[in-house]
Order: sequence, then C-alpha cells, then structure tokens
Amino acid sequence: MSILANNDTKVLVQGTGRAGQFHAKQCIEYGTQIVAGVAPGKGGQDFVGKPTYDTVREAVEHTGANCSVIFVPAGGAADAILESIDAEIPLIITITEGIPALDMIPVKRALEGSSSRLIGPNCPGVITPGGGDRSFGGCKIGIMPGYIHKQGGIGVISRSGTLTYEAVHQLTQLGIGQSTCVGIGGDAVPGTKFVDLLALYAADPDTKGVVMIGEIGGSAEEEAAEFIKHNMKGKPVVGFIAGKTAPKGKRMGHAGAIIAGGKGTAADKIEALEAAGVKMAPNPNEIGKTMAGLL
Amino acid sequence: MKIHEYQAKALLSQYGVVVPKHVPAFTADEAKAAAAKLIAETGTEVVVVKSQIHAGGRGKGRFKEDAELGGVKVVKGADAAGAMAGRMLGNTLVTIQTGEAGKKVNRVLVEQGVDIDRELYVGALVDRARERVCVMACAEGGVEIEEVAARSPEKILKEWIDPATGFCGYQARRLAHGLGLEGNAFKNATRLLLSLGKAFVELDCSICEINPLVVTKSGDVMALDAKINLDDNAEDRHKATWSELHDASEEEPTELEAKSYNLSYVKLDGTIGCMVNGAGLAMATMDIIKQFGGEPANFLDVGGSADAKRVAAAFKIILADDAVKGIFVNIFGGIVFCDRVAQGVVDAAKEVGITVPLVVRLEGTNVEAGRKILAESGLTITTASDMADGAKKIVELAAKA
Repeated sequence: MSILANNDTKVLVQGTGRAGQFHAKQCIEYGTQIVAGVAPGKGGQDFVGKPTYDTVREAVEHTGANCSVIFVPAGGAADAILESIDAEIPLIITITEGIPALDMIPVKRALEGSSSRLIGPNCPGVITPGGGDRSFGGCKIGIMPGYIHKQGGIGVISRSGTLTYEAVHQLTQLGIGQSTCVGIGGDAVPGTKFVDLLALYAADPDTKGVVMIGEIGGSAEEEAAEFIKHNMKGKPVVGFIAGKTAPKGKRMGHAGAIIAGGKGTAADKIEALEAAGVKMAPNPNEIGKTMAGLL
Repeated sequence: MKIHEYQAKALLSQYGVVVPKHVPAFTADEAKAAAAKLIAETGTEVVVVKSQIHAGGRGKGRFKEDAELGGVKVVKGADAAGAMAGRMLGNTLVTIQTGEAGKKVNRVLVEQGVDIDRELYVGALVDRARERVCVMACAEGGVEIEEVAARSPEKILKEWIDPATGFCGYQARRLAHGLGLEGNAFKNATRLLLSLGKAFVELDCSICEINPLVVTKSGDVMALDAKINLDDNAEDRHKATWSELHDASEEEPTELEAKSYNLSYVKLDGTIGCMVNGAGLAMATMDIIKQFGGEPANFLDVGGSADAKRVAAAFKIILADDAVKGIFVNIFGGIVFCDRVAQGVVDAAKEVGITVPLVVRLEGTNVEAGRKILAESGLTITTASDMADGAKKIVELAAKA
C-alpha cells in the first residue's frame, strides 16, 4: 500500500532540539513509531518519552530502528547523514535546510554501494497516510501536516514543501487518496531524484498514478521524463513545474531553483515531460483536478 | 554570492594560479597611480582598465552615459589609464548579463598588458546531473562558453572530481593535453588546473571560471579574467573572509534588507507583490498571477513561521517597491496555524499601513478561524477561496488601483 515507509518503520531522530521534539511528537500522534533520539552527549536523557542515545549505532542496537530522520543544523547535518549510512540505516530522511553543496557530494559518494537511501535534504519528508480519521494511523516521517492527507493510490513526489501540501490538499478534497508522498527537497544535490522514486512507484501494485511537482534548475525532471516514457505504462503521471516566470541566474529560495547558463527553464522541463506523455496541470490550482480527469 | 574579478584573482593566486599584475582602484587618481606602479614594475606602457561589476560581458558592454565606451579598455601610459578610469567610474555599464538597467561602476581594476599567444577557457562547477565537481577546459577561450556548449559541445573537455581521491594529476594532464599544449605551457596549465580544482573545493565555490586563460608567447599560463560564485549555504564557515568580499552596492537594497530578516526575496519588474510561505508555492504563485494577466513584482518566501514580525517585515519590503499596485498573500498553513498567520497579517497591515489592495488566500489548519480574523479586522482585505481566485482578484484590483 506504499513505498519507503509503513507502520512497521521504526524511526530514530537525529537532532533532539526544539524542532526535533516538536515534529517527533506530531509524528507519534499521527501513528509513526518513533523509537529513539540520538544526540551526542545526551545519552540516557528522555526524548519525547523515548530514550536518547549518544550514537546512531547504539540506538539501532537497542531499538531496531530502520529509519532516521535528521533535524541536525546545516553545519553538522552531512556528518549526521554519514553516521546513519555507517550504521546501515536503510532509509535516511534529512529535513535540514542549507547544507553546502560540497558537503553533499562526499555524502553521495558514501551512499554508493551502501545499504542506505537518502531522502532530502531541505525537504518535508515522507508520509504514508493511514486509514483512520484525517488519515491518522499512517506513517509520517517529517514536518508535513498529516491531516490533509487521505489513504489511497496516488503517489506524490515534489521538490517543494508547501506546494506539495497544496497538491495533496487538492487531491484529498476531490476524494483522491495518496499511497505515499515524498518531498525530495529543493537542493542542487539531493539524496534521491525523481527517477529513483518513479521506479518504486512503478513497482508498487497499490500506486495507481503519480503526481510529480518539479521546479526550475537542474535536469532531474528531464531525466524523469525519459524514465516515464518507457516505464510508467498504465500509471498516469500528472506534472507541474514551478517557476515559469522566474528570472535567469537568480536563486528562487531553494538552493537548487536557479536557471544557470540558460539551462533548467520551466519551458524545457514542461516540453520534455509532455513529450513523455505526462499530463501537465495548466496551473498550480488544478493539479488535483488534472489527476481526477485521468482516473 | 558573487564577487568581483579582482577578488577572484586574489583568491585564486593564493592557490598558485598565475594572474597578471593588477591593482584595484576606486578613483581616477588611484587608477593613475596604480598604472604608474605597474608600468614601473613591468617596463611596458600598456595597461588595461577593467570595470568591476558583478556581471559578465563587460568588454562588449556599453556605458549608458558614453555609448562609444566599452567596459574593458587597453590604454598606454598612466595618464591615459587615469583618464579612462574617470570615464568609467560612476557611470552605468549595460552588458548582456545586466539587463537594460545596467550596473553602476564603483571600482575598476588596472592591470598589466599581456602579450597573448592563445586564449583558452577553464572552469569548474557543481555538475548536478553527475553530482560531482566538474573541471572543464576548452581550446576556444575569450568567447561565451555557453555559446560553444550549444554549438559544439564536444569541444568542451570535462573531468569529474571523485571526492574520495580529489582532483588527480592525470586528469589535469589529460585536460592540458586536450587543449593542445606542449612544453612549459603544458606543465604550467596542468599546475594551474590542479590549483583551480583545489581552490574550488576549499573555497566552497559554486562556479569558478577563467575565461580567457591565456598562454603568452613565452609559455606562461595566466588567468586574464576570473569569475567566482560562492555557495551561499557555506557562508557560516567562511564568515570573516566572505563579509570582506561582499559588495553590498552590487545588490538590490530591498534584497539586502530582506536577507537581514531571513526572508527570501527577489525583486522582479511587475506590479503585483506576493507574500507566500514556501519557495515552490511562491514561484507557483508568481506563475498563476502571470497566467491571469498580471506581472509579479517579486518572489518572497516568508518561511515556515510567518509570525506578525516577519509578515510586517515582508510587507515593508514589498511596499518599498513603488511599482507595486497590489499585494497577494498566499499561505498554506500546515504546521503553522492559519489563525495565527491571519493575526500576523492583520497586525502587520495595521502597523505598516497598507495603501494598495490586499488579497489574502489562506488554506490549511484552522482556516475558518483565520478567515474570521481577517473579516473582523476592520481592514479592507479581500479574501480568496483558492490560488486561482486570489490571483484573479488581485489582478483585477491592481488594474483599477
């Protein structure tokens, strides 16, 4: 009924400060198994009713955690990811914004051949909606509002946070539920790109279609288009690209949202996706409606 | 963050990149003295006066006040250098990268003239598709590299740096060889490329370009121009050096002010101000305004918290732009509750005193309570049911205003 995360996912939290605590509580309320906090030097302390450990390895040993969500500030976040890779955590979700690109390149190198997948950084996280009231009883690993979701069969992948909420809200209002929603983040060097997740959605029998929300900068959408052309048969894909009106050479909030050297424009991405058979939403207000028209 | 050519040259020369002798100058007198010094040191009368602005295409660019004059000029003698600097300083240079408004030249670089044999290109950037730093070289230097890339991409030689090994000698040699260099020029170029790779990583660059890289008749290899963009995300670990490199006069004053409030703001040319939470939603809001016939005046991500203080700062920044004829606030309250955002908008609107039409679209947690606060605020606020409704309303209202 999902990709990446479900009710069996056991999550540890790296970075147990204010943000880590606030969001861990919200995740627990939603139904997520938060099993531990990790903060060097704070081992033995209480973290939202769970134990805190000094290292990720120790936390995994004691709790069987198979997922880590990272709230560590930007300066130490790459190191926190490397620690989770070293502990062979299968799913690492990094919420932290502002990690230098040259910190992420060695992280990507460390991920090669490892048993870990990284989602983010600079993302809202991953959510598999549950069957309860307001979708509670699911697995929410991140900072998104859980209640706007609805259990169902549409996968949502996006480089943006609130624009994802917007799309999910529209789907839910139309009675269309989601299998799993993944924010891949707004950075130039993300842990996971659209193609990796499209492959998971293609293989998931319960995902019936996918909403993909991209933005200016880079070529991840063009790579996704190439994949969709050959691999998403029978699963409609709805697309939206933010930044049609963005000027060249200016960073639009996200580190990755910049048209550099004339490359990475919304027009190029829309053209590639349409050529691959993706139905583009005419505007951000009609993402849900566009998917409804294909089901 | 962008820096000036002379600053990029100073940084690169710390890593062993050879650059022509040069002196930055802020006045015509300083430029004259700089030229005299260079002439005495090099024994040649030829010097180059180069406008320093954060934009490329300076040589082909033209001054608004002096249509005959380009941004980079070769002159003979110290007096001529001083006079040339006098013509450039304080005037506005328009290049292919500045847009029509151009950029005011506040400093020039006075540089020794170099006896050029060949002009090449070398550069490095973060290759987002490969997720590695890519070092590039091209035998066609001194021209727009994007043009070469579009016309004949095979002419751009590339090596990717594996973070496990760093940039290797054999990779630098392969590039230098590919440029057709021999003898001393080959050795010097190899050394320079290794320096470039090291500098890129240690300085946290996002782009570093040397165009042209020149080979002199005697086989010296020099960076005749240099461009560096630094990764804003790495500012924390370079605070002291970067604050010295930062030239505030090159930036939009409103963008600087927004940064001091930790707001992400980009000024645009339209008339409809936007205040949105989240970068993706903010871009999408600009797009939908355009779709309904308006032109966005800015990109503004007010961030996750969107409390009264931040909202007030955002209103002030949007209203500092005289072109703004209306403001569209588009907030999707997730973790942040809509009633709190609504209170923030009302408090800030009262504090700032908004004189243009204001359309607010709220969605998400506690949205009913939020709309009630807006309705009972006593302010003239038009509420919108969704993004499209909001965009339509603000475009209509701004047209009447």
